[in-house]
Amino acid sequence: MTAKANGNLPPLSLHVPEPKFRPGDAVDYSHIEVPPAGAQPRPDEGCAAAETHPLCMDLVRVLGEDDAAHGPWDPRLDAETLRRMLRTMALTRAFDDRMYRGQRQGKTSFYMKCTGEEATSVAPAMALAGDDMVFPSYRQQGILIARGYPMVEMINQIYSNRADKLKGRQLPIMYSAREASFFTISGNLATQYPQAVGWAMASAIKGDTRIAATWVGEGSTAEGDFHSAMTFATVYNAPVIFNVVNNQWAISSFSGFAGAERTTFAARAIGYGMAGLRVDGNDPLAVYAATQWAANRARANGGPTLIEHFTYRAEGHSTSDDPGQYRSAQEREEWPLGDPINRLKKHLIALGEWSEDQHAAMDRELMEQVKAATKEAEKNGVLGHGLHHPFHTMFEDVFEDLPWHLKEQSEQAIRERRIKWPEWKES
Amino acid sequence: MIEEAPVSLADAPTRRLNMIEAINDALDIMMERDNNIVVMGEDVGYFGGVFRATAGLQKKYGKARVFDTPISECGIIGVAVGMGAYGLRPVPEIQFADYIYPGLDQLVSEAARLRYRSAGEFIAPLTVRSPFGGGIFGGQTHSQSPEALFTHVAGLKTVVPSTPHDAKGLLIAAIEDNDPVIFFEPKRIYNGPFNGYYDKPVEPWSKHADSVVPEGYYSIPLGKARIVRPGQAFTVLAYGTMVHVAAAVCAEKGVDAEIIDLRTLVPLDIETIEASVEKTGKCLIVHEATRTGGFGAELSALVQERCFYHLEAPIERVTGFDTPYPHSLEWAYFPGPVRIGEAIDRLMKA
Repeated sequence: MTAKANGNLPPLSLHVPEPKFRPGDAVDYSHIEVPPAGAQPRPDEGCAAAETHPLCMDLVRVLGEDDAAHGPWDPRLDAETLRRMLRTMALTRAFDDRMYRGQRQGKTSFYMKCTGEEATSVAPAMALAGDDMVFPSYRQQGILIARGYPMVEMINQIYSNRADKLKGRQLPIMYSAREASFFTISGNLATQYPQAVGWAMASAIKGDTRIAATWVGEGSTAEGDFHSAMTFATVYNAPVIFNVVNNQWAISSFSGFAGAERTTFAARAIGYGMAGLRVDGNDPLAVYAATQWAANRARANGGPTLIEHFTYRAEGHSTSDDPGQYRSAQEREEWPLGDPINRLKKHLIALGEWSEDQHAAMDRELMEQVKAATKEAEKNGVLGHGLHHPFHTMFEDVFEDLPWHLKEQSEQAIRERRIKWPEWKES
Repeated sequence: MIEEAPVSLADAPTRRLNMIEAINDALDIMMERDNNIVVMGEDVGYFGGVFRATAGLQKKYGKARVFDTPISECGIIGVAVGMGAYGLRPVPEIQFADYIYPGLDQLVSEAARLRYRSAGEFIAPLTVRSPFGGGIFGGQTHSQSPEALFTHVAGLKTVVPSTPHDAKGLLIAAIEDNDPVIFFEPKRIYNGPFNGYYDKPVEPWSKHADSVVPEGYYSIPLGKARIVRPGQAFTVLAYGTMVHVAAAVCAEKGVDAEIIDLRTLVPLDIETIEASVEKTGKCLIVHEATRTGGFGAELSALVQERCFYHLEAPIERVTGFDTPYPHSLEWAYFPGPVRIGEAIDRLMKA
């Protein structure tokens, strides 16, 4: 089919976004505006939402090039807390490295690292109360680690072994941890956004004091769920924090396919009349301060806040992805906001509260800690080595009670098992 | 939940209610008993719902428990899932079943899977009420019967009442159930047991025996069918409006059919179905939804698998046509007395 020309009108053309750099390209990030740390005003937590809207086009930063903390957003954390933050981020990275290797060794089917984005989950987890309910996406393992959730349980889940509390039903890293106020992760994107709003509304209905926080990648802000959640949250002034982790890439699609060529993701807040902040996501102090601001606001019945964490996905989307196929390897090296662990480390050293030697010793210790947890979890088996959950559990929890049709199907499954392995006995 | 000894229905005082009043009564009773129940949906608050099912509830229980929502079914269901995770028991209304599709992902991928994927850490005890079915000149976007989309999903229960008495008892059971329940209300029979003879006046519920509704709390277990009329000639499997249509056609033809109102599609009362078909040897399945992949196909397969050696005739399946629900030709679409009558003739001749 060819279009019909109409008089003197120019032919229309379709704009398909294209990232600035592809494999092999030299990377020049001069188009990314990085304002000086400390230059951004910090409005009162009870302010009108509109007062935050200039910050949706800005970038809240605390840690400067001089490794010092600057300006009104400095959360003024003591050295002990800063070291805990550094340690938690480093532990998250050590955990990721080990699990990635485990996947490559065939111990599980799949893994997702959060390298470079550790601050966007660890710092919020530290700024929230331990019983505030979180509705994460799939790259917030830092929350569980910050909340002290047992690492062995995380690995059991990743290995889908017989000790996996989720009974081997979920893809690796799709944790659920009610005791850590951590909602079950879905593989369907952004579904957790309206759910977090519903939880927050319920908390408000019941006169509770707990708030909800949720995370989504910038790519998934295109889902209808994102917009439904934003609408409900503003309509009911729900005590919820919306985190958009803008790590520039949704698998191979750059942020332009979610609208980043036109405006920021924080600016989505403006249309809803919601408070919004755009934060240097590789600056753990800025992320902490933004979360604290939004949490205080929500807890005082001030309503929801949207926080865009401007960061970079330093590794592939998952173990099934090879970013070398679609983006320049230089991007990671040239990223103008640095690395969150390195920045906090240098800050602590500048404060005289840390040293390179201490850091190296900590890294060795964390590696050993992860290794020990891995060995402990491996006693319960790894994926595909027979040490999975008892067979009948496959049919449990579809409903609270087992209806007749599932009972019949479970008998069929057991029969099939016996035909294939006559020696097999249900454990 | 408040635990109470079951009330003996035989002793309870009764009232005559139409289906809307029975549904409203069930919501009222449950909200009174359990302050974790919240009702929400488009126009359900101050106004009381476009069909009046939630009338008076906001005034009685306050705006924090009965409220209007934005026009976003994805949001309504998604928010309800989050409320359920908190510990509430939300009863969202989707104004027409035809509008439920924007909420489908939240129902199919979330509500239905929560218990399984979290190994019981989180559940979704929602009851999604939604008026469904045609016969009110609603056109293609206010007439659909999408039950088969939900019966196909592991983890969802699907309920369709056909009388005021059942609507109240089944809705109470659905609200008490710890799994997500899709509760489809056949809107053509809200005000009277429409029997498919659209050119004749419809009698009001007040003249029908099943409008006698016990006062107070009672529940009808999910997964139990009701034998509307015992008979020998053949078994009718129907639900919702089609129970009344099938019964009327059988009566007109003077055939001794055993009419079964399934009431719950998942979980299905297979025992009642098997016992009846083994007795009669013939089976007529009737639903208003489109034919291909409809719930009738599942029923037909089950009857064939389980009752084949008792069958004396091919299973008959009477359904809506595989077209959108047309506006002006609504009655040409509707599986009415002529279509059902033909099937009955074939069964009786076999």
